[in-house]
Amino acid sequence: MNIEELKAIATRIRKDVVTMHQIGTNVGSAMSAADIIAVLYFNVMNISSPDDPERDRFVLSKGHAASALYSALAQKGFIDSALLKDYQQNGSDLTGHPCQKNVPGIDASTGSLGHGLPIAAGMAMAAKRDNKKHRVFVIIGDGECQEGSVWEGAMLAVQQKLDNLTIIIDANNLQGYGRAEDIQPIETLGPKFEAFGWSVKQIDGNDIGQLVDTLSKTPFEAGKPSAVIGRTIKGKGIAEMEDVLGWHYFSVPKDKLEKFIEELDGNK
Amino acid sequence: MRLALLKKLTEFMEKDDSVYLLTADTGFHVFDEYPTKFGERYLNVGICEGAMIGMAAGLALEGKKVFVYGIVPFVTMRCFEQIRVDLCYPTLPVTIIGVGGGLTYGPAGMTHHSIEDIALMNCLPNMTVLCPGDAVETEYALDAIMNLQGPCYLRLGKTGEAVIHSKPLTDFAIGKGITVRKGSDIAIIATGNMLPAAVEAGQLLRDKGKEPEVVSMHTVKPIDRKLIIDIASRCKTIVTVEEHNMIGGLGSMVADVLTDENLKVKLKKFAINDQYAQKAGSQQYLRSQYGLTAENIAEELLK
Repeated sequence: MNIEELKAIATRIRKDVVTMHQIGTNVGSAMSAADIIAVLYFNVMNISSPDDPERDRFVLSKGHAASALYSALAQKGFIDSALLKDYQQNGSDLTGHPCQKNVPGIDASTGSLGHGLPIAAGMAMAAKRDNKKHRVFVIIGDGECQEGSVWEGAMLAVQQKLDNLTIIIDANNLQGYGRAEDIQPIETLGPKFEAFGWSVKQIDGNDIGQLVDTLSKTPFEAGKPSAVIGRTIKGKGIAEMEDVLGWHYFSVPKDKLEKFIEELDGNK
Repeated sequence: MRLALLKKLTEFMEKDDSVYLLTADTGFHVFDEYPTKFGERYLNVGICEGAMIGMAAGLALEGKKVFVYGIVPFVTMRCFEQIRVDLCYPTLPVTIIGVGGGLTYGPAGMTHHSIEDIALMNCLPNMTVLCPGDAVETEYALDAIMNLQGPCYLRLGKTGEAVIHSKPLTDFAIGKGITVRKGSDIAIIATGNMLPAAVEAGQLLRDKGKEPEVVSMHTVKPIDRKLIIDIASRCKTIVTVEEHNMIGGLGSMVADVLTDENLKVKLKKFAINDQYAQKAGSQQYLRSQYGLTAENIAEELLK
């Protein structure tokens, strides 16, 4: 899929996200990760069916961006697009944080921060042991990297030489109650992963071209897991939402939905 | 119990390529041969129990049957949330083997005691909680675990515990208690490493003319409701014995059944009275401080 087509996928994700987020929180987080998810599912990962045991795996460690993932799964045809409107509604399988048992194509239940990398390391280790060629991709938040278990997982991935494992840090610099850089400067994330033994690249995580170029070249070094620090903008695509902490919490008001959709269409 | 564990685990690892064992830097002199024997499937992850549970989940999601091993507080409490989200929510076949159940590591101090673990594991949906009473039960429990589809907590002692069962436990099943000795007036239900003390207490009562029944409730969850109901129909008093806090363990599980079924039976719980050990001391010393020796139990029941 070419860059323009991938941009259209990312726009579709964002339009689905704002529509879904008339309920619930974390719309800004899902908007921030939309380009990464679009590139992974429609360019980088080998995934044409959720049931294919040889396909690549994906773990959304920042499970609060689930709505963007649901949109990608719907666009892949793994789930019925009609389900998206039920997101977080009573009785829906589309919980605010994804459940592996509920939804085809969700490879791990996430939502509690810091869990995804160790799980993905286990998946990647199993692939190595079984001489399988599939790879494992993980999206982690920058704030999430304050969890100790991220670094436990980072250590394990190196110990096991998991070069079939790639993490993408969605570094939008806004966490639950402030700037991520006030807790842990984002510039230090790359050196930290390098010091743990990872091969690291830093890119603009909302730039489809850079994402394609970078993620298509994993592993960056044989025998090492790969980390991509992707600088992103929370709420990317809607001017009112971009880089505003409040959109970690706000739902999209009914009277703004049409305007947001138009803005996203204009940004294509 | 640990030798029984080693025997069965080695058997499983030899027979079945999908069996993995992860440890978080424990198992000195237990798994010494594993790196050479099972190098690909035995892994000391390092001192990081949270990531160990996550990694076990990842392996299980890829079709592996995973055992993780460690000292109880570190493989249950430190990584509780990983157990909850990564294992129990998706119902993955990962067994947490906790050694040093209760006051086994008495002299080490409170950090290495486990008096809350059964309660914590009990309250997790989809979790099976097994506390075998001796080495024989441990072997049967492990065989049963190999056929279990979901997560399991196996609480063991250490080594050298008394062996209670002299015959094969051909009817062993998860969720089915074992009547060690039939009785009529009082029923002593024990779990885990308190089974030998319960058997001994039963004998002391028998010496005094009582007819106590002694039961090994190796499965705390799912609890054997049928057996408890049956016992309650025959005995006036039920006694529970566990090396665990008074709250949330075997006694609480039995009490729940009695309440649910509206059974009018006297229940007496022998357990730790909601306090941490402040002093060092052997397992036996600490048990005596909590009234958990065979003599304490028998004496109390003869009052």
